[in-house]
Amino acid sequence: MTVAAVEVELAGIRLRNPFLLASGIWGESGESLKGAFDAGAGGVITKSIGAEPRDGYPNPTIEAYDTWGMLNAMGLPNPGIEEYPREIAVALSAGVPTIGSVFAGDADSFADVAKRMAATGVLALELNLSCPHAKGLGSEVGSDPAEVERVVRAVVCAVSVPVIAKITPNTADPVALGLAAERGGAAAISAINTLRALAIDLTLRRPVLAHGLGGLSGAAIKPVGVAIVWQLYEALRIPIVGVGGIRTADDAIEYALAGARAVEVGTAVAFGGIGVFGRLASELPLRLDALGFSSWAAAVGAAHPRSASAGRTA
Amino acid sequence: MRTVVPVVERVVETPSTITLRFDDPRTARPGQFVMLWIPGDDELPMSLAYVGARKGVTVKAMGSTSRHILDIPVGAPVGIRGPYGTSFDVSPGRILLVGGGSGTAVLAPAAEAALANGSTVTAALGATTRAELLFEQRLRSAGASIAIATDDGSAGERGYVTKLVEGLLAENEFDVVWTCGPEVMMQKVIAAARPKHVEVVCSVERHMKCALGMCDACSLGPYHVCVDGPVFPADRIASLPEFGRSKRAPSGRSVPA
Repeated sequence: MTVAAVEVELAGIRLRNPFLLASGIWGESGESLKGAFDAGAGGVITKSIGAEPRDGYPNPTIEAYDTWGMLNAMGLPNPGIEEYPREIAVALSAGVPTIGSVFAGDADSFADVAKRMAATGVLALELNLSCPHAKGLGSEVGSDPAEVERVVRAVVCAVSVPVIAKITPNTADPVALGLAAERGGAAAISAINTLRALAIDLTLRRPVLAHGLGGLSGAAIKPVGVAIVWQLYEALRIPIVGVGGIRTADDAIEYALAGARAVEVGTAVAFGGIGVFGRLASELPLRLDALGFSSWAAAVGAAHPRSASAGRTA
Repeated sequence: MRTVVPVVERVVETPSTITLRFDDPRTARPGQFVMLWIPGDDELPMSLAYVGARKGVTVKAMGSTSRHILDIPVGAPVGIRGPYGTSFDVSPGRILLVGGGSGTAVLAPAAEAALANGSTVTAALGATTRAELLFEQRLRSAGASIAIATDDGSAGERGYVTKLVEGLLAENEFDVVWTCGPEVMMQKVIAAARPKHVEVVCSVERHMKCALGMCDACSLGPYHVCVDGPVFPADRIASLPEFGRSKRAPSGRSVPA
């Protein structure tokens, strides 16, 4: 019996499996990053780090729905790039493939934070161009293709590690954002971040989250993520990291078929615990085998008509 | 799932502490906590001081939100998520309970459950002054023997409750010590119990946001207090560099405890 290979290379980074800890989950402390890797993740993406410490929004910052989704408006809490390197050092010294997520309000500040993040020794950067609920940050920067291209180019010029752009689904044309990031020199695109959403308490007649609007994640958004990954795959040459609602190996394979080279897992940690990474890693080769794939790599883009994937580097 | 329910009782326990009671049919175990939402203000983790269908949280005025909670009237709506987290093992045994200040709130329902199961409970209670002693009468009525220490000597021994603990451990046999209070106090309790080989179980507090083991706000070494705690066997946490020394601020920065 064959066992499908699940190792993957993403933008020059070798991962033992395609499952990355999504940014914002378990990423505040170095020990937690290490814990996610020890639990089975192929690699980890840090909490999004900015120039200064940020408390984030007051609670409630989370509204959980059964198991189909979760709404959050954390407000980009982070200890700031001055303090955070000590957490990354804990993960890197334990041999954890670590990608540093950063956010800022414009191209120059992005380049500045990115340079300091790259100096920690992370293997790659992920640019948060997609947080849907932070004024002047995230998707407010990342909704305009020209600005996305400017930011990515500024960061790519400032650092020597691969740059991954995480784009927003809260736009009419996510592919335009992907193309802009590719033009700017991004090594990969991750898609999607959360979908802008709102929960209102009926008794209190007010939004549940302290910030009001939040972002929806979890199983409910998987088909949206798969669609955007599909469209990006048809239009771009650089690899794509799929994010949104992955709970099982089959969810991940669906993203691979749509074109994802790797995937991020976040909300599943809230519903299934960090052990979800171990379960995904052990299920994946079995499900690939059962579906007739010799490897994870063989599944990437496999649902696209042959012509669309011909000539791709990914 | 979150529910919004009215406060049905408000009890002034001490000059700085009140208990809010609300009806919530969900099963809770002693030691667990809920996320208490004060609409328009904040949502905070609160250990349950009462775990039955009429639940309760006992709140001490600390930050601005907990001061605000002290003004909440009967009838006001509050949001409840949970119960979450680990609990005390209330199977029969000889239990020493060590509560510092409002830390006694989470120990009281555990003591009641243990006493109902045939345990013996000795409660060592510490407070700044007599008026701030929490749940002394409640524990006494449940059948616990009580020892008291106050900083100013207005009730019981003058000084820290940890001094009482050393004497109690020397003169009695205990199977387990349950403690909740300032972490420096809990460290002293752990140190006092170690030579006697008595197991210590601590209830620990950290800043929380999601309470679902996801956001990392409450990380303590390799643990997340919201899901791995708040009740920990002391041997899992006593040697962590953070315990008794630092905690995470809302930004995730490590700050002195």
